[in-house]
Amino acid sequence: MSTTTLDNTPVGPGAPEPSAAAEGPRRVPGGLLDPKQMLRSLPDAVTKLNPATLYKNPVMFIVEIGSVCTTVLAIRDHTSFAIQIAVWLWLTVIAANLAEAVAEGRGKAQAEALRRAKTDTIARRVVDWTPAAAAGQLREEPVPAPQLAQGDVVICAAGELIPGDGDVIDGIAAVDESAITGESAPVIRESGGDRSSVTGGTKVLSDQIIVKITQRPGESFIDRMIALVEGASRQKTPNEIALNILLASLTIIFLLAVATLQPLAIFSKAQQPGIPDSASLTSQGVTGIVLVALLVCLIPTTIGALLSAIGIAGMDRLVQRNVLAMSGRAVEAAGDVNTLLLDKTGTITLGNRQASEFVSVGGVPAQELAQVTQLSSLSDETPEGRSIVVLAKERYGLRQPGPGELTHARFVAFSAQTRMSGVDLPAAGGAVRQVRKGAAGSVSGWVRERGGEVPAEMGQVVDGISAAGGTPLVVAEAAGGTARVLGVIHLKDVVKVGMRERFDELRAMGIRTVMITGDNPLTARAIAEEAGVDDFLAEATPEDKMALIRREQAGGKLVAMTGDGTNDAPALAQADVGVAMNSGTSAAKEAGNMVDLDSNPTKLIEIVEIGKQLLITRGSLTTFSIANDVAKYFAIIPAMFAGVYGGLDTLNVMRLHSPQSAILSAVIFNALVIVALIPLALRGARYTPSSASQMLRRNLYVYGLGGLIAPFVGIKLIDLIVQFLPGIR
Amino acid sequence: MNTTTAGMVFVATLAVALIATYRPLGDYMARVYTSTHHSRVERALYRVGGIDPDADQTWGTYLRSVLAFSGVSVLFLYLFLRVQHWHLFGHPYAVPQMSAHQSFNTAASFVTNTNWQSYSGESALGYVVQMAGLAVQNFLSAAVGMAVVIALVRGFARHRTDRLGNFWVDLTRTCLRILLPITALAAVVLVAGGAVQNFHGYRPVTGLAGGSQSLPGGPVASQEVIKELGTNGGGFFNANSAHPFENPTVWTNWLEIYLILAIGFSLPRTFGRLVGDKRQGLAIVAVMGLLIVGSAVLAETGQAVHHGTVPVAVGAATEGTETRLGVPDSAAFATATTMTSTGAVDSAHDSYTSLGGAVTLLDMMFGEIAPGGTGSGLYGILVLAVLSVFVAGLMVGRTPEYLGKKIAGREVKLASLYLLTTPTLVLVGTALAMALPGERAAMANAGPHGLSEVLYAFTSAANNNGSAFAGLAVNTAWYNTALGVVMLLGRLLPMIFVLGLAGSLARQRAVPASAGTLPTHRLQFVGLLTGVTLIVVALTYFPALALGPLAEGLH
Repeated sequence: MSTTTLDNTPVGPGAPEPSAAAEGPRRVPGGLLDPKQMLRSLPDAVTKLNPATLYKNPVMFIVEIGSVCTTVLAIRDHTSFAIQIAVWLWLTVIAANLAEAVAEGRGKAQAEALRRAKTDTIARRVVDWTPAAAAGQLREEPVPAPQLAQGDVVICAAGELIPGDGDVIDGIAAVDESAITGESAPVIRESGGDRSSVTGGTKVLSDQIIVKITQRPGESFIDRMIALVEGASRQKTPNEIALNILLASLTIIFLLAVATLQPLAIFSKAQQPGIPDSASLTSQGVTGIVLVALLVCLIPTTIGALLSAIGIAGMDRLVQRNVLAMSGRAVEAAGDVNTLLLDKTGTITLGNRQASEFVSVGGVPAQELAQVTQLSSLSDETPEGRSIVVLAKERYGLRQPGPGELTHARFVAFSAQTRMSGVDLPAAGGAVRQVRKGAAGSVSGWVRERGGEVPAEMGQVVDGISAAGGTPLVVAEAAGGTARVLGVIHLKDVVKVGMRERFDELRAMGIRTVMITGDNPLTARAIAEEAGVDDFLAEATPEDKMALIRREQAGGKLVAMTGDGTNDAPALAQADVGVAMNSGTSAAKEAGNMVDLDSNPTKLIEIVEIGKQLLITRGSLTTFSIANDVAKYFAIIPAMFAGVYGGLDTLNVMRLHSPQSAILSAVIFNALVIVALIPLALRGARYTPSSASQMLRRNLYVYGLGGLIAPFVGIKLIDLIVQFLPGIR
Repeated sequence: MNTTTAGMVFVATLAVALIATYRPLGDYMARVYTSTHHSRVERALYRVGGIDPDADQTWGTYLRSVLAFSGVSVLFLYLFLRVQHWHLFGHPYAVPQMSAHQSFNTAASFVTNTNWQSYSGESALGYVVQMAGLAVQNFLSAAVGMAVVIALVRGFARHRTDRLGNFWVDLTRTCLRILLPITALAAVVLVAGGAVQNFHGYRPVTGLAGGSQSLPGGPVASQEVIKELGTNGGGFFNANSAHPFENPTVWTNWLEIYLILAIGFSLPRTFGRLVGDKRQGLAIVAVMGLLIVGSAVLAETGQAVHHGTVPVAVGAATEGTETRLGVPDSAAFATATTMTSTGAVDSAHDSYTSLGGAVTLLDMMFGEIAPGGTGSGLYGILVLAVLSVFVAGLMVGRTPEYLGKKIAGREVKLASLYLLTTPTLVLVGTALAMALPGERAAMANAGPHGLSEVLYAFTSAANNNGSAFAGLAVNTAWYNTALGVVMLLGRLLPMIFVLGLAGSLARQRAVPASAGTLPTHRLQFVGLLTGVTLIVVALTYFPALALGPLAEGLH
């Protein structure tokens, strides 16, 4: 099938999305980070030293225990070395707390803003609501909003706050939802259909609506939003749990390696009686300070410190894009998605079909066809109709007739019976010139009724346009007793700019895109090919959608979709990632596990990218953290034992100044690297969407190899400074 | 041909022979474990044992079968060893009674495929217990390892089931269809090469110089082959494969190394076949190959490049090596025996240079995965693969998957527990021995070498290797008991975690692979798994190694 007849440049309204293809491979950016936020969060970081909360992070809890031990020892020994180690260990814990505090800080600010929207109002509850009751006859009573129960019916008039989440059951109103979405333009909410849901805390601007409350007390959308952005209801995700288990195991291994070292050290020291005691090794074994320092350097403190911040920041990046995830699990699942179900309209194509060309039939001059076509659409206020007028103007230079020029024209509106629209114009001699446009079958019948011939050529053109996925509208004219076909309008769906590149990226990451459309298979196929999706579901009913999701899931795949209607709810619930549009029904919002406050279905792709970014950040920092240990061994082991076995000084490959400076430098590096990585943890690792193999290669180089080398350089540099500190020999 | 060239030819021909074996033996084993046919002998055995050979077991039942079988085996062997001195068994020479703690140690040792020996076979044991007790366990313990890994592979290969196969069938088939035929064939070859096979007892012999000595005989060749093939390592004689009756010539030495490595290196093929992607097996065997070649190069270098008057004069450290075999061949044997959980020796690892000896120690610390013990090697490396995939998988932005199975909390937990077991046993055991003044006295050497001996003993026991740094007097109640317990825990705990993992994997449905899935058959993954293994081992044992062989070897 060929799409060469299609004009690919978008016409008419609808601003094209910024193109990504032009600037080479697109990178998924990190989030935002305000440096001042780190300073503001310092008090919180200190508060978090409380062991009653810190124990939830076993790695940092061990560091805190170590800090306490070294502090006690430092007070007892009163050496400069011991004091400095103790101070830096405390700083290590504070750095970890700081990461979490900063991540939570942003959520707290958002929660504050939301709380302001949640001022308690007095609701006007309707007593004994019946649909038949007229507006004036309703009996109402004042009830504080928090006491509203599920199923209560309330009245909200202009200027009032809606007291709770619910569905409009009567009336229509403009509602200001900026408290939740941040979008100041009001939205229309009306009973019935897919725009019936209202959110508590939003304000009615005009008219009056009757709302049936659907929330349970204290579980409103705003309540849940506050809990979500504050991280109060944050539970560890499955993947986070798995990683925590691995980190705990590594911690145990290093705890063992350090603890069992003591008898070996005592034995080794005893074997060399001539060697004097040092700050790290005495005849009682390795000193407590050094043992704790070694342990803290070895256990995966970097990732242990940043792990929860990474999770909170991942949710936060979604919130920054106005997406609310109901659980961290959903964000993770987004990274795992194998199949994306995308609604054609609004996601892949601009909202409406648009005229792309006029094809004349039977030798009718193009200009004449254009003129007639324009006439036929002057009163057609549908987006398709307007696009015809625009095309006539842009390509044929036909200006739109001004008011008063067509005073005697009688416009014929589209009806389901005739499936045509058009205009009747007075012609010379009292005759009437009739212009019609519509579906091929209807217009052909209309022409034949008026004694006209339908040329075979028209059939070919119509078939050609249909085959290319377009919609043909036939234009005919009847004047002077005979009717004739003039030509065909080609209406087509306009694919958003940049979508093909997006889909290519998704394919590279192993994600299959399926376009969902109500169009017939022919049309659907053409658009699918033009947009570059992998598959399509034509003439889709909610049942078809559901069946598709089930089929994919049966094959072990994870499916993401967007939806807004009540009939989307089952599919949203079934999908692994279901993003409900905020403009949709409360049933849809209830069924999905994310809500897009902007109601922009294209955002599904961004959600997937953020999900992946979260996992990449976690994995990369884990790799970095473990790789760091190699250098720390090379710093600390020779520092501990080179005094006993001179040969071990060969391992001091960094040629660090002294045992004390080496150990202190390793501890300082360990603390500073956490601070240095806070921005990365909060913003997320940037990445270029590509195959798993390519991403792994890159991240292994950056975080694996980088993690091996960086501490060698870092510890050496710190050692160059530390050796001049007082009390460090 | 000088010794270096000869050594290189020796190693190269071994590699070629193993590569040639990979496909046929791997495919054959895959057929053994997937066949639905039961031979007449097998059916008879199942009838006697009251086993329904077509019943599939859950991972719990499979595990209980493994544990019960191992428990009964330890008990039986223990009792057998306690009474083996009875005249009833018709000894050609006087056999003393074995102490309770040594019997426990030996029983634990042979059932766990360790074959740590705190006794001398030619003086402490009679032929009947060697044949009916120890040799039988040489077959069975190897077969148990194979059965467990096959259950794990089935966990990867099967979907949405709680069934992992039948332990008794896997055990029987491994013995009858894989181990017995190869053993029978190779034993004949070994006899042809000069290994003895008789029931003579001690014979007085007059040597070339006219001196007379008393030489032991025994059913050696039959036991020798399964000792290597099943990566057991328990020698008929105290000198193990350094004894000319066990390992007479250079080419029998070659054959023994080949037997040690044959099954371990072919099992990845079986794995690839069973999971339906032969490239996966190739990736695993590539990691094994990389590690063992690296270790062999290190061992040879450690022996060849060392200071000291004698080593410099001879061109290599010859102490402790058999002159019949030479340094390179001895080092090759040492690498093979420590990289598998064999523990047979044809030279004294204790007498190696400190760095050469450190390599044998390090080999075992890898956890016996390259290629490791029969069966246990493959499950060890697969557990490491699961952990590598977990960390690497996150870095590509997906919940990690290996062979279509998601690696989530439960899988990571079991794999982590597996990873924790051996280091815990090694480090705690060593630390205890070093902390107890009485046990420190068992060391023949002072300083870091003494520490290495203790570290080696616990590493060997926990990893079910069985070789020893001589010089440590281990036939004491404490060492016999401690090492016996370490061997049992080092064998059975990992099996519990592996079978748990198998059960958890089998329950999952398969996730289809896509471009976003981390590929586990490419060179990239081979490098990743090798790197993870090296780093995990290095980080765990670096402090202990620093105070032992490194302190001794670095100047």
